[in-house]
Amino acid sequence: MNAASLIQALRDRFPHAVQAAHSYRGDATVLIGRESLLEVARTLKEDPAFQMSFLMDLTAVDFSAYGKKRSPAFFAHSGVAVKPSPEIPDEEPWPGPPAPARFVVVCHLFSLPLKHRLRIEIPVEEADAEVDSLTSVWASANWLEREVWDMFGIRFHGHPNLKRILMYDEFVGHPLRKDYPVNKRQPLIGPIN
Amino acid sequence: MDPTQTPKSIPGEPETREMLLNVGPAHPSMHGIIRIIAKLDGEQVLDTDVEIGFLHRGFEKMAETVDYNGVMPYTDRLNYVSPLINNVGYCMAVEKLLGLSVPERCHYIRVIVSEISRITDHLTCVGAGAMELGAFSVFLYMIKAREFLWELVEMVTGARLTVSYCRVGGVKGDLPEGFEAQCRHALQETRKVLKEADALLTRNRIFVDRMSGTGKISAEDAISYGITGPFLRGSGVAYDVRKDCPYAVYDRFEFDVPVGTRGDNYDRYLVRMEEMEQSIRIVEQALRDIPPGPVLANPETGRPIPAAEMVDEGKMGRIAGIVDHRAVIDPTLEGAAKSQHGGIEAGEKRVFLPAKEDTYGNIEGLMQHFKLVMYGHGIRPPKGEVYFPVEGANGELGFYVVSDGTGSAYRVRVRPPCFAIMAALPKLLVGDMIADITPTFGSINMIGGELDR
Repeated sequence: MNAASLIQALRDRFPHAVQAAHSYRGDATVLIGRESLLEVARTLKEDPAFQMSFLMDLTAVDFSAYGKKRSPAFFAHSGVAVKPSPEIPDEEPWPGPPAPARFVVVCHLFSLPLKHRLRIEIPVEEADAEVDSLTSVWASANWLEREVWDMFGIRFHGHPNLKRILMYDEFVGHPLRKDYPVNKRQPLIGPIN
Repeated sequence: MDPTQTPKSIPGEPETREMLLNVGPAHPSMHGIIRIIAKLDGEQVLDTDVEIGFLHRGFEKMAETVDYNGVMPYTDRLNYVSPLINNVGYCMAVEKLLGLSVPERCHYIRVIVSEISRITDHLTCVGAGAMELGAFSVFLYMIKAREFLWELVEMVTGARLTVSYCRVGGVKGDLPEGFEAQCRHALQETRKVLKEADALLTRNRIFVDRMSGTGKISAEDAISYGITGPFLRGSGVAYDVRKDCPYAVYDRFEFDVPVGTRGDNYDRYLVRMEEMEQSIRIVEQALRDIPPGPVLANPETGRPIPAAEMVDEGKMGRIAGIVDHRAVIDPTLEGAAKSQHGGIEAGEKRVFLPAKEDTYGNIEGLMQHFKLVMYGHGIRPPKGEVYFPVEGANGELGFYVVSDGTGSAYRVRVRPPCFAIMAALPKLLVGDMIADITPTFGSINMIGGELDR
């Protein structure tokens, strides 16, 4: 299926779960509510129309600093902005970050038999940063969700072993959040006895 | 015995107890730094816990702080055995975001360097894996072949490891003079080594005994774990990004995707050996079909000027003659001269650095150069998000880039191929013997740089 028909099929199947959709640069993307995530994920994996056998990637984006980046230099606004060449699919503009949620959990799915890709985005509020775990659907979600917890502090409900993976247990904070300073240092830890 | 059952002591026999064994973090067979905590019953592995993250450098955080081309050196250090594929993957993701297409010759160059890197990666993986099983001479032969290929990489990029060869909108420089002949020679040498290694390993009793039947994973499990690349193909699933979602010019080449049947270490070894052969085929076809490069002799004057001299002349305002000359650029910028420029860059002035003759010879070129390299200027893609997968040496290497319209990326995410395989490691090891940890871990080809980022 191409991007447009994939989005249409999902909209028909889940009229209430799909909050928004776009296919910027040909990447089919749907925004779904977190309460229907597991149901949508199961259908996407098992339904013969979708057959999303791979959960290729699961990550998150912290949109709290979007559009607020400080200009790095005096001439910052004179940089070049490039418009796409006409042969690149660009029917739909990018709708922008899904306000007002701070985080977006992003899953990239791939169907091996049907060779199509889909991106699912789940907006997550900072106050209640918790999403259903996809470990029961795809085994690859296990470590990927641990990484998102480690880096962004988003919890996954029903995850069997939600602990830090790249950072050590004594690490304070979640480094890929935009309010975590890039040059912050934390005290060295010794061996645990 | 069912490996999940806890062994009990039997009256009259010595008592048995489970034992915890720490392998790593710093252990010779743990390529890089990784810790495996294995629960053992005698020599059998009952359960394992894998700890990663010892090599975390904050790639994704750093990528948010530098400009788009500034991420390139960081991508070199993701998979440091095949850095050129990372360069290509990142560049193509940003180009998709920009909506930019590069010239055909550039695509061919990217394919050639990617495939050379894939061979070096597989050579390292198979060679190191064989060495850990005692076949030290195979390792030496394979490193010898890798040396030939790395000399090629050095010839093209000026560096062996930290190549930073690609640029958004092209590559740093054209292929050097005499590349084709040396490349064919290196491939021939590699073929010889592959034949030698095949004779030494494929029917070697010790090697087959240790590889065959260990580290097994079924196709369904492998797909569920998100495993891609040679590891998945060893389990019999013919998924290859180059075939299934072709990028660059991969759809123009004839090559096979080798698959295994049993999904054990031995099949993965065979898949890797065959893939090197197929990569050689691709490079040979690419060398045959690549659109011709520029005529290397300077047609106008026949007298190239060293670039440093051009700078001095330009500073003093004597620029009249410069534009008509070919610059002789030092090794790191070789191939970026004006005559070669058209074949390697996208022709979009707002993205790619101008040819050196233009930078030194006229004010437009100088301004274009500085608009791109000065802090706070540079490339500004439109707001948006893209995901672009390429076939890395270990599987699907994806870059997810979010732009907020400023000079640096808002978010860069790498989908590292060996992360998914490492997540399946406990499943691969349970039920095998402790000695099987080494070949199984070797066949994963864990690369710390891309695993921990």
